[in-house]
Amino acid sequence: MPRGLATAFAIARKDLRTELRTRESINASASFALVILVLFSFAFNLERDEFYAISGGLLWLVYSFAGALIVNRSFSRELPNDCLDVLVASPAPGWAIFLGKAMAAFVLLTIVEAISLPIFGLFYNIHWMDSAGPLVIIILLATWGITIVGAAFSAVIVNVRLRELMLPVLLYPVLIPLLIAAMGSTTALLSGESLTGDNLSYIRQLIGFDAMYTALALYMIEFILVM
Amino acid sequence: MREKAIWILGLLGALTMIYNLHTVFLNLPDEAMQGAVYRIIFVHVPAAMNADLFYTIALISSILFLVKKNFIYDSIAVSCVEVATMLILVNLVTGSIWGKSQWGIWWAWDLRMTTQLMCFLLYLGYLVVRPAITEATQRATMSAFIAIFAYADIPLVLMAIRLPNVRTQHPGPVLETGQMAPMFLPPFGIGILALFLIASALVLVRLHQETSQREIDSLRRELHAI
Amino acid sequence: MLAVEADRIWKYFGDYPALRGASLEVEKGSCLALLGRNGAGKTTMLRILANLSRPTKGEIKTHVGKNGIGYLGHGIGVYDDLSAMENLLLFGELMGVKDPKQAAIEALDRVGLTRVKDGLAREFSRGMRQRLAVARAFLHRPEILLLDEPFTSLDDRAIAVLQSLLKDALNSGATIVMSTHQIREAMELATHVALLERGKIVHAGPQTQEMLLDPGWLYRTYGEAT
Repeated sequence: MPRGLATAFAIARKDLRTELRTRESINASASFALVILVLFSFAFNLERDEFYAISGGLLWLVYSFAGALIVNRSFSRELPNDCLDVLVASPAPGWAIFLGKAMAAFVLLTIVEAISLPIFGLFYNIHWMDSAGPLVIIILLATWGITIVGAAFSAVIVNVRLRELMLPVLLYPVLIPLLIAAMGSTTALLSGESLTGDNLSYIRQLIGFDAMYTALALYMIEFILVM
Repeated sequence: MREKAIWILGLLGALTMIYNLHTVFLNLPDEAMQGAVYRIIFVHVPAAMNADLFYTIALISSILFLVKKNFIYDSIAVSCVEVATMLILVNLVTGSIWGKSQWGIWWAWDLRMTTQLMCFLLYLGYLVVRPAITEATQRATMSAFIAIFAYADIPLVLMAIRLPNVRTQHPGPVLETGQMAPMFLPPFGIGILALFLIASALVLVRLHQETSQREIDSLRRELHAI
Repeated sequence: MLAVEADRIWKYFGDYPALRGASLEVEKGSCLALLGRNGAGKTTMLRILANLSRPTKGEIKTHVGKNGIGYLGHGIGVYDDLSAMENLLLFGELMGVKDPKQAAIEALDRVGLTRVKDGLAREFSRGMRQRLAVARAFLHRPEILLLDEPFTSLDDRAIAVLQSLLKDALNSGATIVMSTHQIREAMELATHVALLERGKIVHAGPQTQEMLLDPGWLYRTYGEAT
């Protein structure tokens, strides 16, 4: 395995190990997701079947809010003890540090999503098991988009005042094209459609977004890490 | 020299604008289906086109800053983003007025208006984060990064709002069909030019402000260094 | 043969010039004590040498071999939620050490933390955390060591460990640049001395008898009147 990639995995393992020991962001993120799910149930007064029409939108609102909490920690967890300095000063390439953190955030967000999905199905009486396969693909693709862009912005604003407020302002507008595709495809799947024909364009959109921003973030992160 | 350029551009822009509005209001007939309000197109669309132009200049300037590290590029970028965002606002408001008069609703999620709204949101982040960074090099580098990420989103937005089952696809009003009668083309073109001149003047004003601020900063530095 | 060269470095933080044309030349195998009052620019200089910060003007050259640079800043640079062993394994991998496990075991032994190798860094006493930080900095046997006030707030045991490691490093031909207040500990090891005053190097040269006998001599001779 090329050295950079090995470094990225080492960083990802480190992030996951520390997070799973303290469970700070997972707890906060999962709790927040639960609260939002409950809150949304009061936001709409729909018949049981009508919920399917808003299912995708609802799920991805919950996931993106939970995601912001997770990615915010990506780089800010390096600030105590000046660990970020040591990482940047090391021979490890900037892109590897960044990729490792994005991967860790991806795993953490996926965990929160996996916890939230059954609860979502329960509260809104949505049968998601039937389309579990394609649904997982959509979730993984879209989650990668959220974490790669989120981790990038997390690195940019790690030293900025009011970091927690700035991240949503930056992150959500950029995620809109991704979320539109995620929401649309999820609603389609949960309503019994399959990912064929017209619905394939959702997958194309997700892959396009992921490819573009992964490349852009990996290339540009060096400018941000050493200023 | 720059002051003169600003004055000339501003004056030229204002005159062109007045001339154009004169033509638009007095010389052109009312349109068959829309009545008088169609005239708003002579400001609505040029605003969007100029906004796109200035966002593109901001992108190029941001990239140049990251490559060359010269702060003039950062100043150009922020000036262009601010003016372009203002133009988008003009576009959104005029579009809203047009929509209200035509179909009775202040906002319809049609393709074009939605795209412009997304652009507005993307660069809003740029404008909001910038003042929170006090150190000049950091601010310029981060802004450049944000500007590039924002611009990269635009093609994705264009694709996303054309996906099936997206709100913008619902049958509904479309403000522009893209066809224009030949007699409307000259005032349309002049409208684009007029806004371009005015916007350029504003960019230069803002640029002048940024440059002066940097001069003051460097004088302050001299003082500290003594 | 020079290991580190800094040529007229300027570093601005906004308006404030932390470094004003500071130049340094550090011979390979020497130990430079970088002295200066608080706010003189020592930390800034070291961060630039470690490639953590880009100079506003000027150039840095570090002639380093395959083992690279070791940096020990103000923060201890270890993860509170990992054990001592896990920390060193991680940094061993990052630094490209051939056998990270072996290197970690040896390093822990050297700083006297073998007994607590599986304890979380969070649970260590202050002195233990500092010894872990020192272990991390020396783990990959770097050829250039950059240490920012390393003796500050160390307990006696940690000071002894650090001095011993520094001596060993020098004997193996490493180059050390060490900023310090604790003149006595630094002078014992230093071969050369440089005085940084308000962003400028006002004196640089070999350590002399006068400096060793009377640490304040340097400040009185070359520094500004207090």
